[in-house]
Amino acid sequence: MSLAFDFSQTPSFFRDETFRGDFTFENSPEAIHRFPFPFDRDQYMYAVNIEQHMPGPPKSATVFPIDIDEHYVAEMADRAKVLADDPLRCQSLPHMITAEWDLLELLMTSMARDYPEWFSLERDGARWHWINRPLGIDQRFTFGDAATLPHGPMEYITRQCQGDFCLLDQRDDNLWLDAGIVTSQADWSLDFDLGMNFIEWHGPVPRAHDMGIFDRALKFLLNLQIGRPIRRLNWTMTINPRLDTSPENYHRWGIDRTTVTPENVGDKVHLRVELQALWRLPRSNAIVFSIRCYLIKMRELVSVPKWGRRLHRVLRDLPDDLADYKGMTHYRATTLDYLSRHDDGAPTSPGFFPD
Amino acid sequence: MSEIKSRPIWGKLEPAEQAAAHLVCAEGRGIEAVRAGFGGRDGLLAQATIVHMAPIGAGKPEGLGGAAYHPHPSRATALTAFRGHLARAKMGTQVHLAGSEAFLNEATTVASACGVVGDGLTTELCGPATRRVQCVHCKGMMDEVAVSPLACSHCGVNLTVRDHYSRRLGAFMGVCVDAEAPGVLPAASRL
Ligand code: HEM
Repeated sequence: MSLAFDFSQTPSFFRDETFRGDFTFENSPEAIHRFPFPFDRDQYMYAVNIEQHMPGPPKSATVFPIDIDEHYVAEMADRAKVLADDPLRCQSLPHMITAEWDLLELLMTSMARDYPEWFSLERDGARWHWINRPLGIDQRFTFGDAATLPHGPMEYITRQCQGDFCLLDQRDDNLWLDAGIVTSQADWSLDFDLGMNFIEWHGPVPRAHDMGIFDRALKFLLNLQIGRPIRRLNWTMTINPRLDTSPENYHRWGIDRTTVTPENVGDKVHLRVELQALWRLPRSNAIVFSIRCYLIKMRELVSVPKWGRRLHRVLRDLPDDLADYKGMTHYRATTLDYLSRHDDGAPTSPGFFPD
Repeated sequence: MSEIKSRPIWGKLEPAEQAAAHLVCAEGRGIEAVRAGFGGRDGLLAQATIVHMAPIGAGKPEGLGGAAYHPHPSRATALTAFRGHLARAKMGTQVHLAGSEAFLNEATTVASACGVVGDGLTTELCGPATRRVQCVHCKGMMDEVAVSPLACSHCGVNLTVRDHYSRRLGAFMGVCVDAEAPGVLPAASRL
């Protein structure tokens, strides 16, 4: 796949924008409206916030199991750049090849079913024909034969699907992070965490272990059933619309956290929400964990009055250990200052959605 | 130490009376833990095979009774020998490992690849409380790190050692410590 996407050739729905360098990323009014705002009340604490991955309202981020939006083409270009610089962002232990094919099937069938104008999949036994119009890809291959694709099956399809993906092997009553592609992560390293189990890779998270959250969540996941996917939301904040906030590159992007001023806070500070979904896979009995990242600028967020009020209250009352873990120390006060001007103290309605 | 969830918990060597035989792999001063663990019990030592990473020509240490003793000059040669003995061990053999964290990490991987887990395995951490650290930026490994922060010996970035451990890499994560305030380093502290 060429690294330089030609936006003039793609349907105009997709934005021509960047997540590095000049950071031209923005949300359209429609994208702001469908943003998966993660707070259903005015405060936040860790919880086992898992629900069935059921279709949400029309046009929402959860209307389909796999969400493709206006940032699709630009995000895939950013992923290609990350992988070109650092191949260790995509790794798979040898026993995960069946799970890779399971993932390819899940993504291709979902994308072709839910976005027929962009993707199509024809299957004749093991002979498959995949068309991706936005990225200009037309590929015939044999399902189960990795030699018929230009990359391994997981890398092949996830270079064409928004979100990071992890494949978890289930054994010894635990889940093992044995494969994944991770190029838009909130400061964790696939290369470092590869081969760890659920409790180990969550090691650095404060509080949640003692609250019993990981023990309960793991128990739930071990019983995940085929055809009954689940989802949860996680969030942090990111300076500049940078997808690749990896530990690998932290010595380059960490300095951004010191650049927030009262003048630029509305454009520079982003709420970063991860829509995480989990599916049991049919052949391998592995679990796929998708981490779909959504960014929204403070300026965009306060255009929904309820969200501006609520985020102000959540950030103001967030315990310091959580704020430190999320890396907000340097710019929390400036951000609060900005948000406080969008919080008139009026009550907010329950639930995630705008009033 | 135990609050680091990703770090394996090492214990004490506890040879079981009912085991059919004992296979030991020890690194350097780990042999002292072996001696203490077997506690001079001749019956157990008579059933024991000890692979020891020790200088060539060093004689069999005191207090190991009738155990079969095999010195090997490096970690790699000791682990190769250990793997060989493991492959030919009889049913019911209990395995005992003693040495540095990096050594225990490699040796437990060898043992679990041969199906030795649970009560079939005892381990004991010996030696200095240093850590093996990987720089997350350039992926360079540094052995026997005693102090944090430190400059990466490969790429020069100033690192702090996070309490996050990868068994696969056998190392803690080193992350840039002054990214948000270049040149400003916290006071050095022992790990
Ligand atoms: C099974 C697939 C999952 C994977 C691969 C995964 C992976 C991760 C990783 C890599 C981190 C960052 C840890 C670090 O700082 O290095 C994290 C954070 C976290 N995870 Fe998970 N996770 C999974 C499922 C879950 C589930 C089901 C829950 C449910 C409670 C959960 C709750 C959390 C929480 C609360 C954090 C801290 C987030 C923050 O404060 O920003 N995770 N997860």
